[in-house]
Amino acid sequence: MKPNKPAKQLQAFFDEAGRIARFTAWYFRQAIRPRYEFRELIRQCFIIGYQSLGLVVLTGFIMGLVLTMQLRPTLVDYGVESQIPAMVAIAVVREVGPVITALIFAGKIGSSIGAELGSMRVTEQIDAMEVSGTNPYKYLVVTRVTAATLMLPILVLLSDTISLYGAYLGVNIKTVTSANLFIWQVFDVLDFTDLMPAFIKTFFFGFAVGMIGCYKGYNSTRGTEGVGRSANSAVVLSSVMIFIIDLLVVQVTDIMGFN
Amino acid sequence: MDTRENIANTTDAVISIRGVYKAFGSNKVLDDFNMNLQRGQSKVVLGRSGSGKSVLIKCIIGLLTPEAGTINVFGQNVLNMSQEQLDVIRVKIGFLFQSNALYDSMTVRENLEFPMRRHSIKLSEKEANERVVEALKNVGLEHTIDMMPSELSGGMKKRIALARTLILKPDIILYDEPTTGLDPITGREITTLIKEIQHKYQTSSIIISHDMKCVKNTADSIALLLNGKCYTEGTYSELAISDDPNVKQFFE
Ligand SMILES: Nc1ncnc2c1ncn2[C@@H]1O[C@H](COP(=O)(O)OP(=O)(O)OP(=O)(O)O)[C@@H](O)[C@H]1O
Ligand SMILES: [Mg+2]
Repeated sequence: MKPNKPAKQLQAFFDEAGRIARFTAWYFRQAIRPRYEFRELIRQCFIIGYQSLGLVVLTGFIMGLVLTMQLRPTLVDYGVESQIPAMVAIAVVREVGPVITALIFAGKIGSSIGAELGSMRVTEQIDAMEVSGTNPYKYLVVTRVTAATLMLPILVLLSDTISLYGAYLGVNIKTVTSANLFIWQVFDVLDFTDLMPAFIKTFFFGFAVGMIGCYKGYNSTRGTEGVGRSANSAVVLSSVMIFIIDLLVVQVTDIMGFN
Repeated sequence: MDTRENIANTTDAVISIRGVYKAFGSNKVLDDFNMNLQRGQSKVVLGRSGSGKSVLIKCIIGLLTPEAGTINVFGQNVLNMSQEQLDVIRVKIGFLFQSNALYDSMTVRENLEFPMRRHSIKLSEKEANERVVEALKNVGLEHTIDMMPSELSGGMKKRIALARTLILKPDIILYDEPTTGLDPITGREITTLIKEIQHKYQTSSIIISHDMKCVKNTADSIALLLNGKCYTEGTYSELAISDDPNVKQFFE
């Protein structure tokens, strides 16, 4: 039995990957065809954005502040204290901001989509929609995935901004730097090739979180314990997926010379 | 079976199920299942838990697709219908889900409006509102109109679900275990409601139930689902005196 087990797990892994791929392919087919669920899309954008707003602002602020305070001693040792805003800006905008915000988003939105659709599945609400002349995939999945894809980039921009504000306060704990100087120092190092790949990858993060949450919830197995499992595995899988996408984006931008 | 009766049955049937086969992997759930539902008839499907009763009525409404057989509803086979044709048929069939399936994120009113809006039924605001109020009146719960499903008791949820099923004034209603999980008194109330609806709207219905009180009160005819087949059919009084142990176990 023993040597068989890893093989079985590997097969289960590929089976699941195949099902997710099919579920995702379905999104592109359904999203382009009428009927379009605009009202529901707008509603989901509000819900998804609003639900994660507070968390994103809070973590963004702390991130910028802490990063600044952690970097200071080393940079002071090297005598490049004036480079703190530039360092923090690069770290936040290119990597920490998108990834941390996406992880928070996965924890908050991925799990809530997984649980919501999961409970709709096990209590037959999805079936009820279907017999009421509604394509549940369009109404529930396409709207949520699109909303997640559109909202995460906005949340990341917000988080980056708040982080830099945190960094500004962090810088001013020990020294005095005017806001003008700080902003100048930040934008001096940031250019288009920093911003663009970082911004674009957040769409992929949002898409992955929405898709995986929907997949797990939509395919929940019967029973209420299935709902909890869906929410949990949605968070785990989408968090891992965020790192994988991050890695891929770094490789691609490297090849394309955006560095 | 007598051939003349058989022909008469099929021509007058609103639902006619022939040779339906449905399996999940190696789990054969329906295996050459045959059954008719006459206009105005109410037929109970009896069967043990897990025997495939829910699967059967989900096949009728196109939520599940059998691997073989035909299911004619008003003379048209639902198994080779386009999505649009299926939606047209679904307006005429009400489905009461075993777990009520009320939308958690919507109020009672929005729950009842949902099928009307989504089936693009042309109704003015006023007419739609009147329908909602009428449906709620039918189940005696007008005061819950602005409540959320989470604020309702089990019996109330069942009634609201029933009201939502009635909102499109369907010709056929499929009830999936309407009294399961309710206390005996509430169960009796739901049974009474089902009888009233049958009387008032002249619906044809398929009722899945193990609740023999409900069965006795609502059934014109009972079909027993066993090993994926329609094992036997008869009226309550016919089956109640049967010596067959497979039948007897339900009536003890
Ligand atoms: N979507 C599905 N995927 C896989 N198997 C299923 C599915 N739906 C039902 N089954 C299986 O089909 C069989 C019949 O299920 P069904 O829900 O129809 O039972 P039932 O007669 O309604 O029982 P109950 O009285 O408990 O509701 C069960 O063995 C169940 O596991
Ligand atoms: Mg059932």
